[in-house]
Amino acid sequence: MTTSELVDVLLLQGGRNTTLVVMGTTLLGVAAGLVGVFALLRRRSLMADTLSHAALPGIAGAFLVISAFGMPRSLGVLLLGATVAGVLGVLAVQGLTRYTRLREDAAMGIVLSVFFGVGIVMLSVIQNRPGAGQAGLKSFIYGQTAAMSPTDAVSIGVVAVFCLIATLLLQKEFVAVCFQDEHARSLGWPVGVLDLAMMALVVIVTVVGLQSVGVILIVAMLIIPPAAARLWTDRVSAMLWISALIGGMSGYSGACVSALFPRKPAGSVIVLCAGALFLLSLLLAPRRGVLGEFLRRIAGRVRLATDHALESLYEREIGVEASPPRRGVLLERLMALRGLVVLGPSGPGLTEKGRERGARLRRNHLLWEQYLISHADVAPSHVDWSVDQVEHVLSEDLVNQLERALASRGVAPPTPAEGGR
Amino acid sequence: MTDKSPQSSAPSAAPTPTRLRPPQSVLDARPEHSAQSPLSVHAMTVAYRRKPVLWDVDLDVEPRTLTAIIGPNGAGKSTFIKACLNLVPRATGDVEFWGMPFRKARSRVGYMPQRETVDWDFPVTALDVACMGRYRKIGWCRPVSRSHREAAMACLDRVGMADYADRQISQLSGGQQQRVFLARALAQEAELYFMDEPFAGVDASTERAIVRVLRDLRERGSTVICVHHDLQTVEAYFDNAVLINMRIVASGPVSEVFTPDTLHRTYGGRLTLLDQASEAVARASRGRG
Repeated sequence: MTTSELVDVLLLQGGRNTTLVVMGTTLLGVAAGLVGVFALLRRRSLMADTLSHAALPGIAGAFLVISAFGMPRSLGVLLLGATVAGVLGVLAVQGLTRYTRLREDAAMGIVLSVFFGVGIVMLSVIQNRPGAGQAGLKSFIYGQTAAMSPTDAVSIGVVAVFCLIATLLLQKEFVAVCFQDEHARSLGWPVGVLDLAMMALVVIVTVVGLQSVGVILIVAMLIIPPAAARLWTDRVSAMLWISALIGGMSGYSGACVSALFPRKPAGSVIVLCAGALFLLSLLLAPRRGVLGEFLRRIAGRVRLATDHALESLYEREIGVEASPPRRGVLLERLMALRGLVVLGPSGPGLTEKGRERGARLRRNHLLWEQYLISHADVAPSHVDWSVDQVEHVLSEDLVNQLERALASRGVAPPTPAEGGR
Repeated sequence: MTDKSPQSSAPSAAPTPTRLRPPQSVLDARPEHSAQSPLSVHAMTVAYRRKPVLWDVDLDVEPRTLTAIIGPNGAGKSTFIKACLNLVPRATGDVEFWGMPFRKARSRVGYMPQRETVDWDFPVTALDVACMGRYRKIGWCRPVSRSHREAAMACLDRVGMADYADRQISQLSGGQQQRVFLARALAQEAELYFMDEPFAGVDASTERAIVRVLRDLRERGSTVICVHHDLQTVEAYFDNAVLINMRIVASGPVSEVFTPDTLHRTYGGRLTLLDQASEAVARASRGRG
């Protein structure tokens, strides 16, 4: 592979066929990303897994029927078989949970593996039969974008547009059902029909994606993009777009790689791309990401340590008995950088700004302490520990309230200005 | 509200099961049933599989009242509400709203489910949830328009949650979440509200806010039926009470219904009721078989 080849593929210049395949897979990712959001919110993601695994015997069965009648092999008929078998699998799960004491996870495990096993057996039977045409059936297991014809790509595009329109039109209804089906039902929404519609979208996406991604991994296209999108946003509408974007990016990059290395199973490449995007989201998402959480925790600790240091420096300055400040070179440097202290040979000394903050913290401390003693009946000897936790999180509003409450009882600690030293 | 249960709920000893009577005959037998009553329940029995949960419930609710449904855990309080709203199937009996079936009165009825039934990490804001109360008014396939959003915002304001409209719901306290649920119910602009434990696990200020909203609803002509668990506050908050333990033990104005005897029969006499009920079921199934 040369660099120009790579650029050609990425810019959709790699020949008409490759271009169609890349576009088709991208659109598949977009559609799966959209539909998967509702599957995730409705907690039906694994149902899609059952569906896709159960589709395999349907494909093999359809092939057997075709060859028995001597018809030419057509993708449409194979996918029809896949749909029938997949829906049968889902119905089997629902039947098992409804009429037996099995829980849904166990029922899914049973149906998924049995259907898939049947499919594998049927495929091996087909492999051992003489005659042409069975080549490519194996691609349904691991997926192969190279097997995608221009017509397939176009039909994927049609499906993607359909899913886009359906999710846009029914977003409100789907959200109502996913959030609280009982309430939606009391409002008169046909919850069963809407559930069926959501499931139908999943079926459609799964079936058209079978050939390029394969029955084993297609579920990843429905789960990973929405799960990654959820990390970035707290709104359903934004989640839809981000999920579609992540799905599209995974499909695009997967198909490009697959076009460059035709022998690599495309499904796993696409899923790996999606997985990489998920990992990135997990790390970098601002509010729910690991990195953000870590930084927030560090910042909180630094703030707490700074507050403690300032308070005890202030107390030492005004000559109140205080625990000696914990020394830390890094912390002192940091405080000096923020202009709270100046570093001298005998340790840090407070600047005007640092003194002000230290005085405020000490006042918060005293206020809260006094409040606990006078209002909450906490013994004075026990007050200090709980105060240390709270004084840093008192908002200005709360401090004012405390001042008022304590002043009304005549027990307010004197303010620094009044000579609180 | 009239308590007819002593006459009607005693399981008949006759071999033919009374609960299989067609609803029409039940209606004929109750001429007092009227189109004025926001909710009339007649001979309602609810069973999960073959186990009865509610047995032969009769109830008429007066308009413009606040009614508390009281009873021990597992007495069928929530089931009563859900059966009225067709959320769980009824074995027998019928429920009418202003003399109409639920299907026709749906737009006039609001429902506030228990808070625990929701995944609070769901990616919606408080305002989004309040807007859900208006989804039905907005209709199929149409986005939430600005006027509907403003109406939902006004409902958030009524429960004191306007400042939290843009918060994702997991960032709200339990009491705030309950108020958002209440705002969603208000946004439905219903005339009859069913609320399942609105006061469960909320802080004092939320409790006050909810009581204020309930009284305001009554002022505006609505009727509210609440599942309530705090016996201490029934008298202060509600006009009427229904004591339930698988069947209605007593119903009527709080001052009349709340006697040591009825409370004992509701909370203490549970075993006897269960025994009677299972006997009756056994009889009924023998009668069928």
